Amino acid sequence: MSVDDRRVWLLIAAIAVLGAVFIPISQIWLDIEYDYTLRTVVLGSSILGIISGVLGCFAVLRRESLMGDALSHAALPGVGIAFLLAGRELGALLIGAGISSWLGVMFIRSLLSTTRIKQDTAMGITLAAWFAAGIALLAYIQAVPDASQAGLDTFIFGQAAAIVESDVRLIAAVSTVVFIVIIVFWKEFKLVTFDPEFAGANGFRVTFFNTLLSTLIVIAIVLGLQLAGVILMVGLLIAPGIAARQWTQKLDQMVILSAMFGAFAGGIGAALSAIDADVPTGPMIIVVAFLIVTISILFAPGRGLAWTFLQQSQDRRRFAALTTLRDLYKYATSHGGATHPVPASFMAGIGGASVDVGLAQLQRQGYIERDGAAWVLTATGAEAAARDVHNQRLWDLYRAYGDELGLPTVNEDRQRAIGDVLTVPAVTKLETLLKGQTS
Amino acid sequence: MSKQLDSTDKKPPALLVDDLTVAYNSKPAIWDIDLNVPEGVLMAIVGPNGAGKSTFIKAVLNLIPRAAGTALFYGQAYEQARSLVGYVPQRGSVDWDFPTSVLDVVTMGLYGKLGWFRRPGRQERELALHALDQVSMADFANRQISQLSGGQQQRTFLARALVQDAQIYFMDEPFAAVDAVTERAIVNILRELRERGKTVLVVHHDLQTVKDYFDWVTLLNVEVIASGPTEATFTSENLRKTYGGRVAFLDGGAPVNMAGD
Repeated sequence: MSVDDRRVWLLIAAIAVLGAVFIPISQIWLDIEYDYTLRTVVLGSSILGIISGVLGCFAVLRRESLMGDALSHAALPGVGIAFLLAGRELGALLIGAGISSWLGVMFIRSLLSTTRIKQDTAMGITLAAWFAAGIALLAYIQAVPDASQAGLDTFIFGQAAAIVESDVRLIAAVSTVVFIVIIVFWKEFKLVTFDPEFAGANGFRVTFFNTLLSTLIVIAIVLGLQLAGVILMVGLLIAPGIAARQWTQKLDQMVILSAMFGAFAGGIGAALSAIDADVPTGPMIIVVAFLIVTISILFAPGRGLAWTFLQQSQDRRRFAALTTLRDLYKYATSHGGATHPVPASFMAGIGGASVDVGLAQLQRQGYIERDGAAWVLTATGAEAAARDVHNQRLWDLYRAYGDELGLPTVNEDRQRAIGDVLTVPAVTKLETLLKGQTS
Repeated sequence: MSKQLDSTDKKPPALLVDDLTVAYNSKPAIWDIDLNVPEGVLMAIVGPNGAGKSTFIKAVLNLIPRAAGTALFYGQAYEQARSLVGYVPQRGSVDWDFPTSVLDVVTMGLYGKLGWFRRPGRQERELALHALDQVSMADFANRQISQLSGGQQQRTFLARALVQDAQIYFMDEPFAAVDAVTERAIVNILRELRERGKTVLVVHHDLQTVKDYFDWVTLLNVEVIASGPTEATFTSENLRKTYGGRVAFLDGGAPVNMAGD
């Protein structure tokens, strides 16, 4: 297992621990009481977070985040129609939402394939039209004097408190089916997402898998509607995927990590919204999810901003030192020898902040000493500079004659010692060649 | 050309295209393409921008709807001949920031053969590594694809096609924006494929190298202008018919009566 892999698994474990620790802490500090109702809600929300996280990865990678937004808004009229037909029955409401949302996707897809309307425009107009119809329907329903319609508008912002045990069972069952489909078609989904043209040329039914994936995303959205609501659902869908992408370079790890992030955001967001009955769940969950995104973008190794910043300042120091050492060595050797003093005025003449940074760095490393108005390379400094020159020569030879010498193709990382990249016999070949050239 | 279908003398050509037409908004992108590509040739498809070169490949491979026409691979329709066909799309057609490794991308070339439910295992891994070795990319197997240079991306795509072990390959501008080393590496692979009896069709832009690299050429500008052995087909007259008269290469000695490679 590579370092990167270990880091991802550690992170997954850390999230699990953090989630577990949150429960006692929130009991003490936030006075959240985990009674039967809240336990049900948190469990349901976590599962919804998982399924959103998993499918959100594909939405993000397919650049269909906006599609997710259009889909969730498009679910609203279905909720209204289903209520008019079947009353406040969760299964019926979700099926209505699903059909409405799915019709939305198909409308977008057909706009794209038959007209010259661009994707963002097609999504924008569908989102607005379906959502408007949904709002109008809900307003109409609420005008009807009947107590049972109260709470339909929780579909707009989400209200996890409405989740009961039978709902959790339904969510868990549907999620299981979705997971099985993803596992069975894993390689197809991966290929169709990465390179649909190649998939098509290999006989994969790209349209079928695209539609299947969109359908699964619709299912995730519809299930999550109660929790996050139609307006914010897209956040729960894509935030875990965006965060997960920062930490890993592998699709399977990304999906698993995203599931963890989703579960964390869903569960903790739902628990936090239990502080007060007036706090809607959706916004709470999205805030937690966005925190995860922020932390990931800032601190993820390799991609995170903090990492990049650190890397850059490290690089600046390192390369300033390296280039300054070269300047010193070049001047000294052309004026008599490696330890010949180099006037400070000459170095100042090169100018730029990097010279000062480089000189300071070299002095700290013990490569140079101040001698009155001049800089002098120490024995170790002279040796390091000579080693660098030698290393560059070997790299030059590698580039020019590597093929003739039968050396393996490696990335030319000239700032590294060639011995770290090539094997000993390979370097020996280059050394022999260098000796032959210089003698 | 459909008459050739009736001939019973020898085995069918690697690719036989008949009446192939693709239209966008009732304007043909390619028009009435008839083409007969014999087995074992290295064929360049050349023509100006917008001549329908990529469209031709995509239409032949059933990736876009045809308005008319058929394409037969070794005498079979695409559905039956799928395992005989390898494809190298344009490098820019995918997201190179996708979370996956070089080895993984090459393994994708084997997904079609794996069939439903089966996952790539050790055998597929070996095949993919071997293909990477053929394009001198073995050291990059575990590298994240976002770290590749353009030439390395192209070689990764090439390895993915090689691993398919197809009979006929379609390559969409494999030489686009690659350095001399990569170009040389790709040419070597193409020649090796020809030696193994494979047929390769390459969308190509550099007219200077057509004679060096390819023994067969099709000049395309919406219609097929000419198609056949490079020496007989790649003439200044045909180039003029394809590109129009004001083309620089016609001034500095027309590429006529030159020996092939």
